[in-house]
Amino acid sequence: MRDAPPPEPPSSDITPERLYLRRREFLQNAGLFAATATGVGGALYLLSGGRRRGGDAPVADAPPVAGPVAKAPGPFDTDEPRTSYEDVTTYNNFYELGLDKGDPARLADRLVTRPWTVTLDGEVHKPATVDIDQLLSWFPPEERVYRMRCVEAWSMVIPWLGFPLAALLSRVEPTRQARYVAFTTLMDPERLPGQERRVLDWPYTEGLRLDEALHPLTFLAMGLYGRQLPAQNGAPLRLVVPWKYGFKGIKSIVRITLTREQPPTTWNLAAPEEYGFYANVNPAVAHPRWSQATERRIGDLERRPTLPFNGYAEQVAHLYAGLDLRGNY
Amino acid sequence: MASPPHPWLNPALVTGGLFPLALLAVQGPRGGLGANAIEAALNQTGFLALVLLVASLGCTPLRLVTGWTWPVRVRRTLGLLAFTYALAHFLVYAVLDQGLALGAVLEDVVKRPFITVGFTALVLLVPLAVTSTNRWVRRLGFPRWQRLHRLAYVAAVLGVAHFTWRVKKDLTEPLVFGAVLGLLFAVRVGEATRKRRARAASAARNPA
Repeated sequence: MRDAPPPEPPSSDITPERLYLRRREFLQNAGLFAATATGVGGALYLLSGGRRRGGDAPVADAPPVAGPVAKAPGPFDTDEPRTSYEDVTTYNNFYELGLDKGDPARLADRLVTRPWTVTLDGEVHKPATVDIDQLLSWFPPEERVYRMRCVEAWSMVIPWLGFPLAALLSRVEPTRQARYVAFTTLMDPERLPGQERRVLDWPYTEGLRLDEALHPLTFLAMGLYGRQLPAQNGAPLRLVVPWKYGFKGIKSIVRITLTREQPPTTWNLAAPEEYGFYANVNPAVAHPRWSQATERRIGDLERRPTLPFNGYAEQVAHLYAGLDLRGNY
Repeated sequence: MASPPHPWLNPALVTGGLFPLALLAVQGPRGGLGANAIEAALNQTGFLALVLLVASLGCTPLRLVTGWTWPVRVRRTLGLLAFTYALAHFLVYAVLDQGLALGAVLEDVVKRPFITVGFTALVLLVPLAVTSTNRWVRRLGFPRWQRLHRLAYVAAVLGVAHFTWRVKKDLTEPLVFGAVLGLLFAVRVGEATRKRRARAASAARNPA
């Protein structure tokens, strides 16, 4: 026995063919809309570097510095809130490890810092090429909490570990002819891949007048936050001159040369109208592209006034008595 | 009623085009933009303003070269998106970066060519955004409207100059923008020359 065929739905329930076709069209259009919107949004996001920024690669803490650290707050320490370890180690200008601020932390593994030697030469009585660990063993690390003011008008407060540059210079005994100190960064595109592109004239060089170099504020850092200096911050040894713009703080130093003449410095060679040899923090002298009157402390929303000599005028202003700070920016 | 071809196209562009801006607005306050969120927002909005502006300028050349008609129908959307990003870029600078310190902003605009050039580009885009509606095209008459909207090329050139000044040491990206802009301009000039020749030829065949 055969079942009766199921009853047909009433004709009023049947979707008109016209609408049925519209439904397919609607679904198709919705699909195309979603695909195009996703494609355009994703492409613009990737193109504008959204993916290159922080968050994606958390930075592992560097190993702590072995041995005792002299931690008594010194006369130069600031008690301002410190910039977080994460910000200090993921927001870096170190073109040898990439041009974006996040690149150095990402490429930090490339910069192998052992073995490493530092050459001390030029106008000194005791020139030497010293293994970095031997050099570091000469000086008990002390902590210095310094403001750091970048020429790009942002700033940080960083607890550095290291020793005064003067202590190292006195060991090599500058001659009476020595008037300047020149510093050179490692030249090795294998370990500093940014050097494969001639964005700047590599290797990076910096310089100080001898009296600036011997000032007790001038510091060689081998660590920060009680830990070994991360590669992105200039391991294994970097210069810190807190009253000057950050670019004076040359990273990953391999050579320190005492000279008679003012040494050439990288940013001054690259853009002499924008970056001088002195580069003292000076709110009264604008960078050609932006004002230096204010700065943003990393982590803050509002800007704050920039202080002459980055707030260290009391300690260093006398070094520049009689010098035209506008002409010698 | 027949729907226009590709009715999904412009809504999809607006949605996708505004996605990075929405993401910035969400990520920024939550600390998702890294140590210097304002700098990140400035870089991204400025870059996207330029990308979208150049894309809007690419529509007509793309039609000329391929014969497709859809590029011209997304031109206005791209232009308005570019303006949106340029405005967002300026607002991030003036409100968040400078904290609405009008003196500082004015000093930048007047005294620093880097800012002057970028600000001029934004100002040039304002009348273009205002007159982007069909009503304004009718009101001005198409030839006049068209002439006015050639300012978009000027704005793009100024935008690339602003960007070049900004990066200073690594010119790769500004050079890419400059090259694309040059190419688009070459297509337009080529087309204009071809039209003029065709008109001259037809005038020669049919002396009045």
